[in-house]
Amino acid sequence: MKLTKASLFGLIAVLELANAPKQQISTTDIADKYGISTHHLAKVMRNLVHHGLAQAVRGVGGGYTFTGNLKRTTLLDVIQIFENLESVLDMPNHFVTEGGPIIAELQSITTEIDNLTKVVLETITLETALKSAMRRSLPVGGDAAKP
Amino acid sequence: MSDSIIIRDARESDFEAVIRIDEEISIDYLGTVVDKKAYWREIFDYYVLREKDKRLFLVAELDNEVAGFIVGEARAWEFGSPLCGWVFAVEVSPGKRTRSVGQRLFTEMCSRLSRIGVSTIRTMVDIENKVTLSFYRSQGMRTGRNIELEMPI
Repeated sequence: MKLTKASLFGLIAVLELANAPKQQISTTDIADKYGISTHHLAKVMRNLVHHGLAQAVRGVGGGYTFTGNLKRTTLLDVIQIFENLESVLDMPNHFVTEGGPIIAELQSITTEIDNLTKVVLETITLETALKSAMRRSLPVGGDAAKP
Repeated sequence: MSDSIIIRDARESDFEAVIRIDEEISIDYLGTVVDKKAYWREIFDYYVLREKDKRLFLVAELDNEVAGFIVGEARAWEFGSPLCGWVFAVEVSPGKRTRSVGQRLFTEMCSRLSRIGVSTIRTMVDIENKVTLSFYRSQGMRTGRNIELEMPI
């Protein structure tokens, strides 16, 4: 599975905000921390606000705060703001019908994989993801321990 | 909010409470009661009344009543796997959820299994049972090395 940049940035931003629910965090703070485009992240933040996961705080020291439900919001909820996870077989000619059973089987297999992927993402709440991140003894988004 | 929870080995007198909780969950999950008394009777006979070295049936008491239970055991060489722990039921009364009952039961199960040499714990959950899947994930469980396969016959 390859997430789009928007999904990945969305997950990073939501987890960063959820990890510090009483703080206001700016787009620049998150973008700098992860080395990602501020411009792209700003678009992602607008989507998160629109879907009730973040709130913009204006003025000096402004930024964003987390407004979602830590125990209820899942990774899939965030990803589905930006993309659906349905695999599509990219056939060059969609009007060819002779390969019907083969295409149907391949589609069935990709659907099986999609369903497993969705179940994993749907059963990991933001709280669980943060807890698991803490178990790694690393701050979310922090530098990996140097050998 | 888990200080008033007592985790202990199940006793024969807990049988009716286990049936009640299982029925509550059945209604919550399926919208109807499924009669599984015969199944639980068999499980009780095997896990509560016989020797319990490697078989564990634990209950959680909250507010002076049984609020949940967990059943598991240590098994070796099933599906080719060395000694590991299997949890095949964890149930908490819907009215007692969000009070860490499941977490306390699971932690105690892990602790007891660990004491008899188990270093990995496994379970299987219906793909539609998001509540239980989320619970196990919140406890740190991940997709394991074994893949369950099935087909209609």
